[in-house]
Amino acid sequence: MTIGIPRALLYYKHHKFWTTFFDEIGVDYIISPKTDKQIVTNGSALAIDEACLPSKLMLGHVEWLIGKCDYIFVPRQKYWMKYEMCTKFWALPDLINTTFRDKNVKLLYYDVYDRKVYRERKAVYKMGKFLGVKRSQIKYAYVMAKQAQMNYDMLREQKQNAVLESSGKTKILIVAHAYCVGDKYIGEPIISAVKALGCEPILAEYADERECVRASLGVTSTMQWPYNRHLVGAVELLKDKVDGIILVTAFPCGTDSMMDELLIRKYTDKPMITLTVDAQSGTAGIETRLESFVDIIELKKQADEQARA
Amino acid sequence: MDHKETIVCFPHIGNYAYAFRYLMENGFGVSYLIPPPITKKTLEIGSKYSPDYVCVPFKYCLGTYIEALALGANCLAQIYGECRLEYYGELQERLLRDMGYEFTFFNMAEIKWSSPKSIMKNLKIVNPDVSIAKVVAAAPTTVKIIETLDKFEDFIRRNVGFEVNDGEFDRTYNEFLSRLAKADDGKTVKALINEYWNALNAIEVDKPKETIKVGFVGDYYTVQEPFSNHFMEKELAKFGMEVYRKMNFSCTIIHNQNKRKRDYAKHYVKFDIGATANSTIAEAIEFARSGCDGVIQVKSFGCMPENDAMPILQRVSEDLHIPILHFSFDSQTSETGVRTRLEAFYDMIEVRKYGERSKAV
Repeated sequence: MTIGIPRALLYYKHHKFWTTFFDEIGVDYIISPKTDKQIVTNGSALAIDEACLPSKLMLGHVEWLIGKCDYIFVPRQKYWMKYEMCTKFWALPDLINTTFRDKNVKLLYYDVYDRKVYRERKAVYKMGKFLGVKRSQIKYAYVMAKQAQMNYDMLREQKQNAVLESSGKTKILIVAHAYCVGDKYIGEPIISAVKALGCEPILAEYADERECVRASLGVTSTMQWPYNRHLVGAVELLKDKVDGIILVTAFPCGTDSMMDELLIRKYTDKPMITLTVDAQSGTAGIETRLESFVDIIELKKQADEQARA
Repeated sequence: MDHKETIVCFPHIGNYAYAFRYLMENGFGVSYLIPPPITKKTLEIGSKYSPDYVCVPFKYCLGTYIEALALGANCLAQIYGECRLEYYGELQERLLRDMGYEFTFFNMAEIKWSSPKSIMKNLKIVNPDVSIAKVVAAAPTTVKIIETLDKFEDFIRRNVGFEVNDGEFDRTYNEFLSRLAKADDGKTVKALINEYWNALNAIEVDKPKETIKVGFVGDYYTVQEPFSNHFMEKELAKFGMEVYRKMNFSCTIIHNQNKRKRDYAKHYVKFDIGATANSTIAEAIEFARSGCDGVIQVKSFGCMPENDAMPILQRVSEDLHIPILHFSFDSQTSETGVRTRLEAFYDMIEVRKYGERSKAV
């Protein structure tokens, strides 16, 4: 039995967890390749026009996996850290089932359907049982997998913190969801463009999730969407250590449309730019905008230094 | 104790302002401002101060707030939901405060419903001396008003296309609303309802035996607020169609039918896919099975749950052989475009129903 994991949406949040879990219970899996032009085109053709870019990419990745595996792994995550997710994540299994109805796709999922702390664990156990694995083995695999994901996140954060402390370059905070910043089509061109301009990209996504969500409580009281809270908290924690902030959104992200407005209104003293990525033009034209943005940061830095002197 | 100097305002959604007014004035003991009807201007003001691609209801609400503040409202209210609506209140409050307005904001998303203390704390924003007994006493009549508004509008939707004297339904209904805005106790309201229910039934209609029936589904705001869907129900009625709609306050808040609806849509959606999306699918299926000739889905551009419902609706359309027309509204949608598409839809349904023969006549 082979399980296909689409490299989209939740993959970028939990990929160490998933892969370690499947390794430990001894199930084969394949992961779809990094997003290329073909996947973007296929995904856009399958989705309705108004759907957001990451969900279009998701469909493209699922299509790539069809025929190459027995089950496609699409977990449903309605709540995360006691907060409601974007409704896109509520509907993912149904959406994929509907879109590929004629192709007889079998889905494998776990369903985090309420706010309970143990829900994810229980749901993963249930999925393991469905795969016909012994309970003791599932338990062990779950613990190992969670540990692996935690270590991965921690190391990633430590590395970034070291850069934050030591680097003398202009540091730019990139505020984007994990599935945007990690994607080859959306995030990578922006990161490499920032690097090419001689700046140090700092990812809000790499900051510790728990700490960030806690920090976000002081900024907003009624926001749901845990991943957006993560980003808001990261901005709150890192704002004094960076020189500028880039807000990256995939068109038309519903949650970002409101979070960006909050950030722009709340943090007025930092240079900030919004970059929107869509399925047609992609990241074309961002170099020019980034260049002028970096120029503004440099000018502001010089002005600050003069004021201090 | 009453605080008549507090003037509460809630954004327009359908005609429910009349029910909110009753609850606020008789339950909470504060004044209520029925906001001026939504116009192009409202949307313009709203869009000017809103984020670019937030959904349109946000812009309508913000526009209504600004207009209401200019008319003297000083306490604004906002509800919550499962989609972006959850965050409407906080962001709108921030936007309005940045613009320099002075007001108190009653944000229902702040209430933790499991804690009575939190409920009281938030209700006291509206009126510091709120009496729960009075609110509870005013509730049955409020519910009655909401149910009546839905019942009347349902009746009008089905019949307005066939009235003999043009505009009679609208005139009667508007008269009812204006008298309802002054009614202050349960008895008067009841008498009014009886009087106008009889008046509506007495209006002469010329309804053929076989009519074209259309189901109307969509996201919570767009489907219920006539301005935001370009008065589509009226347009449809002008073509001589009967319009059916199941999405209203009585079917969602008062008599919640989510479970029944989920059963209806079981074949297509396994899970709760957020906000009104499940209802949209279930209603479309229900309309198709109960003999409607077409279904129209209206939504605001980028509405998160309705976006997920759209591909599923396409499958429903394939399976149950019912045409489904999708409308996405943003602040730029042109009236003519909507009309043209509706006309084409009507022609298509007519041909489907009566065959080519009807066209020739």
